[in-house]
Amino acid sequence: MEIIESTKPIYAILISFFATFLIAFAARSPNLRESWTVIAALIKFGIVMSMLPIILAGKTIEYNLLTVMPGLDIAFRVDAFSMFFAITASTLWIVTAFYCIGYMRSLKEKHQTRFYMCFALSLSAALGIAFSANLFTMFIFYEMLTLVTYPLVIHSQTAEAVKKARRYLVYLLGTSIVFQLTAIVATFYFAGTLEFIPGGILAGTASDMVIVVIFILFIAGIAKAGIMPFHVWLPEAMVAPTPVSALLHAVAVVKAGVFIVIKILLYVFGVDLLAELGLGLALAFVASFTIIAASVIALQKDNLKARLAYSTVGQLSYVVLAVSLLTPAAIAASLMHIMVHASSKITLFFTAGAIYAATKKKKISELDGIGKQMPLTMIAFTVGALSLIGVPLFAGFITKWYMATGAIEAGHLIFVGVIIISSMLNAAYFLPIVRAAFFKPLPEGEHPKVKELSGYTAFTVVPLLITAVMVVALFFVAPWVMVLAQLVVASVIGGS
Amino acid sequence: MMEFILGKYNYLVCILLMMIGFYAMIAKENLVKKVIGLNIFQTAIFLFYISVSYMEGATAPVVWQGQEGVLYGNPLPHVLILTAIVVGISMTALALGLIIKIYQEYGSIEENRILELNQLEEEQNLKRAGR
Amino acid sequence: MIANIIENIPGLVVLIVIIAASLIPLVGKSRPVLAWGIAVIAAFLSFIMSLYILNVVMTTGKIRYWFGNWEPPWGIEYVFDPLSAFVLTLVSFVGFIVLVYAKKSLEAEIDPERITYFYALYMLFIGGLMGVVATGDIFNLYVFLEIAAIAGYALIAVGRRREALMASFTYLILGTIAAAFILIGIGYLYMATGTLNIIDLAVILPEIYQSKVVLIAFAFFTVGLSIKIALFPLHNWLPNAYTYAPSVTSIVMAAIATKVGAYVLIRVMFTVFGPEFELTVVHVTEVFLVLSVVAMIIGSVLAIAQTDIKKMLAYSSIAQVGYITLGIALMNVTGLTGSIMHILNHAIMKACLFMVVGAIVYRTGITHIHDFVGLGKKMPYTMAAFTIGALSMIGMPLTVGFVGKWYLTLGSLEAGMWYIIPVILVSSLLAVGYLWRLLDNIYFKQPENASELKTVKAKEAPLAMLIPTCVLALLCIVLGTFAYLPISIAEEAAKVLLRY
Repeated sequence: MEIIESTKPIYAILISFFATFLIAFAARSPNLRESWTVIAALIKFGIVMSMLPIILAGKTIEYNLLTVMPGLDIAFRVDAFSMFFAITASTLWIVTAFYCIGYMRSLKEKHQTRFYMCFALSLSAALGIAFSANLFTMFIFYEMLTLVTYPLVIHSQTAEAVKKARRYLVYLLGTSIVFQLTAIVATFYFAGTLEFIPGGILAGTASDMVIVVIFILFIAGIAKAGIMPFHVWLPEAMVAPTPVSALLHAVAVVKAGVFIVIKILLYVFGVDLLAELGLGLALAFVASFTIIAASVIALQKDNLKARLAYSTVGQLSYVVLAVSLLTPAAIAASLMHIMVHASSKITLFFTAGAIYAATKKKKISELDGIGKQMPLTMIAFTVGALSLIGVPLFAGFITKWYMATGAIEAGHLIFVGVIIISSMLNAAYFLPIVRAAFFKPLPEGEHPKVKELSGYTAFTVVPLLITAVMVVALFFVAPWVMVLAQLVVASVIGGS
Repeated sequence: MMEFILGKYNYLVCILLMMIGFYAMIAKENLVKKVIGLNIFQTAIFLFYISVSYMEGATAPVVWQGQEGVLYGNPLPHVLILTAIVVGISMTALALGLIIKIYQEYGSIEENRILELNQLEEEQNLKRAGR
Repeated sequence: MIANIIENIPGLVVLIVIIAASLIPLVGKSRPVLAWGIAVIAAFLSFIMSLYILNVVMTTGKIRYWFGNWEPPWGIEYVFDPLSAFVLTLVSFVGFIVLVYAKKSLEAEIDPERITYFYALYMLFIGGLMGVVATGDIFNLYVFLEIAAIAGYALIAVGRRREALMASFTYLILGTIAAAFILIGIGYLYMATGTLNIIDLAVILPEIYQSKVVLIAFAFFTVGLSIKIALFPLHNWLPNAYTYAPSVTSIVMAAIATKVGAYVLIRVMFTVFGPEFELTVVHVTEVFLVLSVVAMIIGSVLAIAQTDIKKMLAYSSIAQVGYITLGIALMNVTGLTGSIMHILNHAIMKACLFMVVGAIVYRTGITHIHDFVGLGKKMPYTMAAFTIGALSMIGMPLTVGFVGKWYLTLGSLEAGMWYIIPVILVSSLLAVGYLWRLLDNIYFKQPENASELKTVKAKEAPLAMLIPTCVLALLCIVLGTFAYLPISIAEEAAKVLLRY
């Protein structure tokens, strides 16, 4: 494989870091401040996309920034897998940048400068995770992501937000320090390196027992992936403003979590080692449990964002379930689900935020007839919901199809069952919302005409329409995306 | 056994003195008594050093012409102890200075009384802050 | 002339500080500014010289400097190996930077007529600690330890509140017991070997490892030094001493006093007695292991229970001492490197945090953590420094705190003691507990009643205090990011100590 040395990944990471300063200096002029965010998002997207042709040509981009300690480098590597996450995050940031303007201004939120600064920083951290070439670099950005999203979660500074944000921190920081760091140290001790290498670095370096322990520590240490019982922080984080929930707690943060899980499974342990020790199967069962349990909990939630949060927990475990099946189709499905779930879930969160911004409604039981007030918004919601249920013509269908194929390939039909049951549960918690919105009458005394596309509200509605279109488009461009996925699969399984 | 005790009686005396001093430092409430204990403790160590360098029938290590082969005591421990005495004196001076200040501030040099006063003050502070 | 000075730098580096200490009361009696000037210049020169020494030691190896050209064992010699050069640089650097900070802080906290004497004692304190690090004679080490200690008691006693007097007295009693124990230890060693020179001792002792006298000497040394470094359960003197002392004293004590104690412990255990002694004769490392683990947990838990920021940081120091002794107890190069790196980390990070506390006290007079609401807006730069210091204490990657913890964890694995790792990391987590509560108050908590806020009149700390604070905060990051350099020194030191 050809390796190209380039500083592009560093620029892609740093661009939003520098934007932070510009945002801070523009604190007194909101228009300038928001334009910096948008400009940074566009440049970041441009840099990421400029790397795509190189990756599609089968090359990788590498850059070794500096050596911190003997054996611990800050190094970046962009390969096909990184691109999945990087493209998803940087594309959706542009949309979210506009959405933020609409949401934050129509709700007249305080501390907006801090909000935009931390937002930009968290995108830096997310791309840092996407591009990191070793566990140490990844760990740095993982912790950075936790720390910079903390002010976003605590944003409203109410007693409730302080309490929940603290739990957010304890869960994410605690698991990463106690479990993940231990696992990293142990990996370094046994393998002598922390670099991500397709096919893994741990095979044959330690006894089976030790490797199983390291595996458990890693899985427990990456709470961002939301695998039960380490999912508690995610519903709590919904106390943050909706754009944060949308981009960070449906895309950047949680996707970083599953991205790291996949990376560690494929690039630290390696497919062969996992299959040999049966760890893939064990993880698949944990993920299956999470999928079902989270869906059942989601059914009982009346708060729209809470229901979406539990749905996210379930959907994240789809990604984990797929990759732990360890077959080519399943791994490809898992990579693709990162993109699919991101665009679908961000649409749903955008809708939740748009409804709140326009009508101050948070609960599902209050949404009767809302389709008459905000038809466009609710159509987008329907698109997102159908995609996650797995209806053809929407992106979600593709990944579920491949996942099921992968499960059959692996010879574990039980996971096909899990996918079917959970799809039914998905339908059970999403479709009533759609039904209530379109087919139930509005409550007494509410005016059917809410100006959906006026003033700042328009800023919240247009982005969600764009993401809804993306969900549909993904279904049709899936073959091209699969090309990228095949590159990854070939590199991690090709060797065996 | 008897021989052992008599042969090393200098160490036994040192240890006895040390323990007396140690007891006073730990158990006495009166700060001045603590300082006295401290002095006894230190002096015991000085004695220990000096008795180590003592030899039967030895003189001071001053050698003059025609007096070669004379038995003289090791001068180094004495020198060390001179330094240690200086350290001890400055320590005592500082401790007594502190005690004077403590007496001025608290009107007492009994340790438990002083700690009691500190406790009281802290509680009052907390009450004033409304917590 | 110049060549003459360069030749004598290993002696001058300590001497200049002590000379300044005696000069200050003479010339600066009515002019504290002059006293401050002399102190700063002397400390700065001393820092430069120690950098020079560090450079020479790292390039050409050990320096032995004979005072007045008297060859040991007759004369006293100064010996610089990687460890002592490293710690010497650290001590002189912290000593210098705290002095820059001290001027404003002292003007606010100490009677004006006492300021000059404070500087004199301060220089004596720093000089004593530097002497401890530099000397190659074990009795000389005791004397310097006592010089620093006596100056330290006085520095604590000038605190604003009367509790400071009692804190100082308690420390004096315990400190003297510790010093007396060390003195007895030295006496036994002298009885057994007939020499006081550390290099000679290291040669003679292995032949008489089994002697009871040597064993007793070792016991007295370890107990005495454990009191000096406030190793749990001998830590009783520390919290009150740090809490009621003037800010400047707290900074310098927390940053380097216990660190130099740790240095002496390492020196005695590895250079004087030698690693073989701990491995084959007394199994003291197991005791240290248990005590370190308990200190790391109990110290952090007690820190969580505190509501006074100075007391909280003091208890956290007790936990941090546990880290240092843990690295010593592991008895391998990685662990000892971690321990030495943690000495560096703790000195810089704690100095930074206590400087922030001093700045808060200077502007508002508060130390109760519930009163800190809203400080983030009023003193943004100071609080940014505090945040960085806190992250370093927690051990976030790219701060110097991470480096030490990384090596300690790796060292525990190497020693086959994987069960230590959870303790190290849980203690970090407890640090998150007590520091984050503070950061929440500073940045995010909404005041219940804005008019009752004690931080209303606060504003950014004066530059003379802000710059040293920020320099230390930056160092936390720089030394953590470009950790290669300090690690190379620490690793070299560890190898020399363990005789690899």
